[in-house]
Amino acid sequence: MTNNMDAIVINDISKKYGTTSVLQNISFSVRQGELFGLIGPDGAGKTTLFKILVTLLPADSGQAQVVGRDVVQDYKKLRILIGYMPGRFSLYPDLSVQENLSFFATVFGTTIEANYELIQDIYSQLEPFKNRLAGKLSGGMKQKLALCCALIHKPEVLFLDEPTTGVDAVSRKEFWEMLRRLKERGLTILVSTPYMDEAGLCDRIALIQTGQILAVDTPEGITQSFGKALYAVRAANTYQLIQDLRQAPFTASVYAFGEYLHLTTQSETTTPEQIVAYLQARQHQGLEIKKITPTIEDSFMALMAQQPAA
Amino acid sequence: MNRFFAFVKKEFLHILRDRRTLLILFGLPFVQVLLFGFALTNEIKSAQIIVLDHDKGYHSGQIINRLVASGYFELQVYERSYEGLESAFRKGKVKLAVVFPVRFTHDYEHGRNAQVQLLADASEQNTAISLTNYASSIIRDYAAEGRTQVAGPMAIDIRSRMVFNPELEGAFVFVPGVMAMVLLLVSAMMTSVTIAREKEMGTMEVLMVSPLNQGQILFGKVLPYLLLSFLNGCIIIALGVFTLGIPLHGSLLLLLAETLLFIFLALSIGIFISSLTDSQLVAMFASLVIMLMPTIFLSGFIFPIESMPKLLQVISQIIPARYFIDIVKGIMIKGVGIGYLYKETLVLIGMSLFFTLLSLRNLKTRLV
Repeated sequence: MTNNMDAIVINDISKKYGTTSVLQNISFSVRQGELFGLIGPDGAGKTTLFKILVTLLPADSGQAQVVGRDVVQDYKKLRILIGYMPGRFSLYPDLSVQENLSFFATVFGTTIEANYELIQDIYSQLEPFKNRLAGKLSGGMKQKLALCCALIHKPEVLFLDEPTTGVDAVSRKEFWEMLRRLKERGLTILVSTPYMDEAGLCDRIALIQTGQILAVDTPEGITQSFGKALYAVRAANTYQLIQDLRQAPFTASVYAFGEYLHLTTQSETTTPEQIVAYLQARQHQGLEIKKITPTIEDSFMALMAQQPAA
Repeated sequence: MNRFFAFVKKEFLHILRDRRTLLILFGLPFVQVLLFGFALTNEIKSAQIIVLDHDKGYHSGQIINRLVASGYFELQVYERSYEGLESAFRKGKVKLAVVFPVRFTHDYEHGRNAQVQLLADASEQNTAISLTNYASSIIRDYAAEGRTQVAGPMAIDIRSRMVFNPELEGAFVFVPGVMAMVLLLVSAMMTSVTIAREKEMGTMEVLMVSPLNQGQILFGKVLPYLLLSFLNGCIIIALGVFTLGIPLHGSLLLLLAETLLFIFLALSIGIFISSLTDSQLVAMFASLVIMLMPTIFLSGFIFPIESMPKLLQVISQIIPARYFIDIVKGIMIKGVGIGYLYKETLVLIGMSLFFTLLSLRNLKTRLV
């Protein structure tokens, strides 16, 4: 494959289950060697899009190419060029770590030894447990083993469907470091996640919601396009605060983010002092307000609000 | 080819590591064959009897010994009066009472009409009939032997003689039926569940994305069960021949070949079921309802096909086990060869091909 080519090209893909539309006119491209994140909540259509790209599901309309091969016509050739890790770690719980890995290696026509250097980093952590049954591993270890199994045949593109769901925070962090290192070796990786905080770890991301792509950009690009002043507001009575802010004349949007409320104003001329004055008039205690830079999640909420209801 | 064997090896590991599967696979045939062969026949063993001996002579003693030595009866107690008999029956422990009148030995030796009375607990009528039949035939045998030594006829209350031994008849009918049932159950249910399990675990998606094709996945799933079920079939045949005394008049090779064919059919039905559903539970249920029930009720295994209503007789023609039972009976008991069984064999071959092709068509290269 030539290096200047896009590894994944998705062109106007739509898919319905019965009468429910799951994907609507999806188009985006993933460059060669990119770590690309597909970010969206549960039910946004991420898994369906993955199944179309790994040749398991035909789209109703539109085309997609992975490493230059059509996902429908060239599915046989394509299947050995991609590595796929489905949402539920698809391991055999009654086989040991080593048996799982060597099974997937043999099925893809290779051996553990032949491609050991690619998985060495990850597998070395599993090696002490190589005789343990996969069903008895922790979530993080299962995830690592599943990644090894998806990598063992040295694919050109790696599809990881929600690999960090149900895995503890430390393992998640480790996992993303592994993806970084794999990317440095030239692997193209498409990863989906419902966690907005993982978006910043990708080269580029696509935000997806109810089967539609809201935006495709670098994480920085997404947050910069937010374009409005954003305030984090806190008070003793959060519930009352959110009620009052929703009714305030200057409010454009207000969302709860942990202990803070994220507030955007309709006019750029509204100052924090005006907001504080408005809230003090309503007897709020322990008021705190600060201007913050928007996160991916803020951008996602804003983009979602612009979207016509599906 | 290498990847096919890796797949088969994996399937074997699944089976061998799952104790429940193993138990069903190898425990079931033993339990079923022995249960149907021994326990569920009409045969009676060690029925409790009671003796009221007013004679206390040589011949009454001899007859009691014969009865007990037959193995069918176990002497509970010697009673002294009719009242004792009555209360023993009420308690329900005793199934049969044998009463010898005064001067039984005397009458017998002098050629008079020697009488023996048999009283049976007829609240279980089948048992009662069998017991009185057994007892009277033993007494009759004794009288027949005595006739050569003592002049003159001896009259005993004689009932109709049994033409065949009900115990053997039971085993003859049941073992081929059990064989068909166990093979169907093991082969069809196990395979239908195993593919559904891959779908449930999500591993099917990875297998589909892999270079394995559907044929390899299908036959990789079938092969271990084919081997294990065949082993099972051999165990059932051996159990039938060696512990239940079923004759093997025909060719063992032909019997094994037909067994293999029937297993293949059962497996193809199992694969067909699993190609239709994504859930282990549905697969299990479907194989139970589609396979097990009709096999038990419509194959002639428990109820004779001849005595079914016309409609059910017609339906029974699509029950694979019916043909297999006929084949097994033909080979084992009648000792006939393929010349007499080719029709049944062809039906089984036809059904196997039908289901294999159908499931190959159903198991797609994609999910939908």
